[in-house]
Amino acid sequence: MEKRELRLMKGNEALAEAAIRAGADAYFGYPITPQTEVIEYLFETDCTARTGMAVLQAESEVSAINMVYGCAATGHRVLTSTSSPGFSLMAEGISYIAGAELPCLLINVSRGGPGLGTIQPSQADYFQTVKGCGHGDYKLLTLAPSSVQEMADFVALGFDLAFKYRNPVCILSDGSLGQMMEKVYLPEQRPRLTEYPDWATNGTPKGKERRFITSLNLLPQQHELVNIRLQEKYRRMEQEEVRYETIMCDDAEYVIVAFGIIARIAQKSVELLRAKGIKVGLFRPITLYPFPMNQITELAENPRIKGFTSVELNAGQMIEDIRLAVEGRKPVGFFGRLGGMVPTPEEIENAIIKQFDL
Amino acid sequence: MDVKDIIKPENLVYKKSRLMSDNVFNFCPGCGHGVAVRTIAEVIEEMGIENDVIGISPVGCSVFLYDFYKFDVVEAAHGRACAVATGIKRVQPDKFVFTYQGDGDLAAIGTGETMHACNRGENIVIVFINNGIYGMTGGQMAPTTLEGMKTTTCPRGRDVKTMGYPLAITPLLAQLPGTYYVTRQSVQTPAAVRKTKKALRQAFENQKNKKGTSIVEIVSNCNSGWGMSPTAANKWMEENMFAKYPLGDMKVDGQLVINNVYEKK
Ligand SMILES: Cc1ncc(C[n+]2csc(CCOP(=O)(O)OP(=O)(O)O)c2C)c(N)n1
Repeated sequence: MEKRELRLMKGNEALAEAAIRAGADAYFGYPITPQTEVIEYLFETDCTARTGMAVLQAESEVSAINMVYGCAATGHRVLTSTSSPGFSLMAEGISYIAGAELPCLLINVSRGGPGLGTIQPSQADYFQTVKGCGHGDYKLLTLAPSSVQEMADFVALGFDLAFKYRNPVCILSDGSLGQMMEKVYLPEQRPRLTEYPDWATNGTPKGKERRFITSLNLLPQQHELVNIRLQEKYRRMEQEEVRYETIMCDDAEYVIVAFGIIARIAQKSVELLRAKGIKVGLFRPITLYPFPMNQITELAENPRIKGFTSVELNAGQMIEDIRLAVEGRKPVGFFGRLGGMVPTPEEIENAIIKQFDL
Repeated sequence: MDVKDIIKPENLVYKKSRLMSDNVFNFCPGCGHGVAVRTIAEVIEEMGIENDVIGISPVGCSVFLYDFYKFDVVEAAHGRACAVATGIKRVQPDKFVFTYQGDGDLAAIGTGETMHACNRGENIVIVFINNGIYGMTGGQMAPTTLEGMKTTTCPRGRDVKTMGYPLAITPLLAQLPGTYYVTRQSVQTPAAVRKTKKALRQAFENQKNKKGTSIVEIVSNCNSGWGMSPTAANKWMEENMFAKYPLGDMKVDGQLVINNVYEKK
């Protein structure tokens, strides 16, 4: 077994440390609570001295995402992190990155909106991340950590998936995961890249064809083909990259579906309900896109299961995907808190009891 | 005499750079973009750096640069060329990175990116085509549009009271400690092209010597957008654009050349 260093860290710091250890080549970002520790940590630990990784505070998120675009075009491992309003500003750039098929890692440590909203945790950016954000038919492969450990683990995974598919990968976290401290096993340092993909525009190697990066196609006939190819890629992701976790679903009659921090809290609610003899399980999507559709459909088809409850830190966003998967086979209820509020395990427990009249 | 009789080595006075592809320009006949684009290729060829060059072509008439050059090119979102260049340069400091931007791109939507890249002294070359109009989108007002000049979004002429003043942005950028070389040139005559070429060479040499940001502004025409014949457009440019945007160096070797910074009254 590989020897892993154990530390007590904030989610944001663990993520930053993991980025250095994942062999990231560059970070570009702009401060915004509750994720600013990422860039602060990179400077504080002097990542440039450690691995040669470049780090730059951009003048805006618009600029940061375009620095990411340029850096990604050269085939380097590059990431940025921000929180909700900043992610909105990055939307156009993300669409360009997806359109030009460039790999990169985007972190959204999300907070409550709309507008300036609050710096408290929220999952109200689910739609923004999973259903679009920028313009055009593209998909953002989205990982949703639910612990500081996963904040760290998903960095290298995110880079690898980004390069595997030549697609931006997003880690959709939230203010509580970013700010809370937990013990975390850190991965060992992996080397930075020394060879770059054939498509990378990092200066034409002698005797080779020059490369170019663009998302432009004036001819619709051509551009439809590009879009079809992109869609095929997304279908491949849906086949190969679905990740999820089930807790006590084997004998469950009721299933809570929750991602991220709220799944951690709901785990406690499951215990509380089980103590009352109510057979509840937890289904935690880890990839929000691709969403674990088939797995939820399978649960819905199981005669033992009487219903689902989507628990989210928003007004009900992931529930739409759950309903698509359930297709009316079973009732799907919702419980959520808004605007930065986080429910207690008991609140969730009560919501389940009320929904199913238990 | 047949055309074949003329095509002989001894009659050869000009040859396309081998770094230019055979694709037909998307630029309108008479437009200065084509001359600027090929002059950059000539400089890169003469310096022998084509294996280490990455060009950035943001949205605007510049967007198809990758169709014309035979070296690596990255297309960029409208206004973001300097940010994209920064992202490339920070991980590949030994490569030559240049942007090729219109006035809308550099001085309107991308002012922030441009200003801050210059302020950081990013070691890149910025080629800035100032044609006083939005060419690509069919002739709308640009930040550089002259007072009284007509465009589709100021059909009765630019009214500075409501639409702001023509923005001479390079003198502002020249004030920043990060810029090392700022010059304003043109490409409407062979003599002007030669000067521009020299300026571009200087800019790329500066990058080689890690001097910081070099900006070559090229005051150019947009005969379609201006609604003029190519020759009339050049004449109008010389009489009107050059008055507001006088040609010459604004900053050389990191030193301001004060006289040329502002328009001549
Ligand atoms: C975000 C965004 N806004 C607007 C446009 C539309 N647009 C494309 S090119 C352009 C202006 C180009 O003018 P300029 O930069 O001066 O270059 P020129 O075409 O004159 O060379 C505009 C407004 C766009 N592509 N993206």
